[in-house]
Amino acid sequence: MSFLSFFLREKKNTANVAKERLRIILAHERLNGDNGTPNYLPQLQKELIEVISKYVKINPEDIKVNLERQGQLEVLEVKIEMQQQN
Amino acid sequence: MTRIVVVTSGKGGVGKTTSSASFSSGLAMRGYKTVVIDFDVGLRNLDLIMGCERRVVYDFVNVIQGEATLNQALIKDKNSENLFVLPASQTRDKDALSQEGVEKVINNLKEMGFDYIVCDSPAGIETGALLAAYFADDALVVTNPEVSSVRDSDRILGILASKSRRAVMGEDPIKEFLLLTRYNPKRVEDGEMLSLKDIEDILRIKLIGVIPESESVLQASNQGLPAIHIKSSDVSEAYLDVVARYLGEDKPLRFTEYQKPSLLKRWLGGK
Repeated sequence: MSFLSFFLREKKNTANVAKERLRIILAHERLNGDNGTPNYLPQLQKELIEVISKYVKINPEDIKVNLERQGQLEVLEVKIEMQQQN
Repeated sequence: MTRIVVVTSGKGGVGKTTSSASFSSGLAMRGYKTVVIDFDVGLRNLDLIMGCERRVVYDFVNVIQGEATLNQALIKDKNSENLFVLPASQTRDKDALSQEGVEKVINNLKEMGFDYIVCDSPAGIETGALLAAYFADDALVVTNPEVSSVRDSDRILGILASKSRRAVMGEDPIKEFLLLTRYNPKRVEDGEMLSLKDIEDILRIKLIGVIPESESVLQASNQGLPAIHIKSSDVSEAYLDVVARYLGEDKPLRFTEYQKPSLLKRWLGGK
């Protein structure tokens, strides 16, 4: 049996394993910037400010965008402080 | 118009200096006035690969700091009429290179009428590597068919797209070219090595050439002769093709398919 399996054994294609691993890790790394936060956050924050400013007066620093990881979950938190309108 | 080309990779030992030496020699052989600059301050090696290590008197940092003129520091290559080498300094001062200093030297080289400035980047993503890439118009991203090299190349591509002068100034992005080195068609066929198609799929940049794994690279560096000058070797032919493609010529890929050695050759013990 072992004699036969020696000849019939398929050589493992490790190049495919390498490609799959690279595909996954690079998809993850391209999404995340240098400090581990996603690259899209600053852009998201900028666009949120633009949209909200169309309707209410806010300061850019009144919008806080934060992404937190809690185990398997990712929580995107957007905090907008509204100024008192008189 | 001067064109600035960075030869970069992120990972060390993949063939940046070998490729810089052969690429710049190839451009010079085509009649272009070319200078190749070693940005690996502290770990100078381009001089050895070019075979001009005994002629180094002044270096890149001396020029930046005004201790020597460019003409004093530039070493004329012994093989090509139009090629000059600007060696790196051996200083351990990490701040020896500054953006203003590098810019001054590059502007001087432009005034001297160089057609191509080839910047041989150090490994890593520290100051030297960032400065080598900063002023680039084109980038040769040297990559081995191996996971860590591909990952680091991807990282370097991210840096070129965000930290280079063209990116910061909002100009047209750097033209990025993939240069695959140490490629072994037999191992690719056996499923042991990432294929050029795999790597193109992953990095998604234009392939400019494939340099086969070869003994002649070591033989070239032993003698201080850029591998492109090892006449009729696969590596030399492959680098000549790379230069031709860079200059806009259409050259089909070579040395990427495994050729089974003939029966006779195997009987005679040929390789």
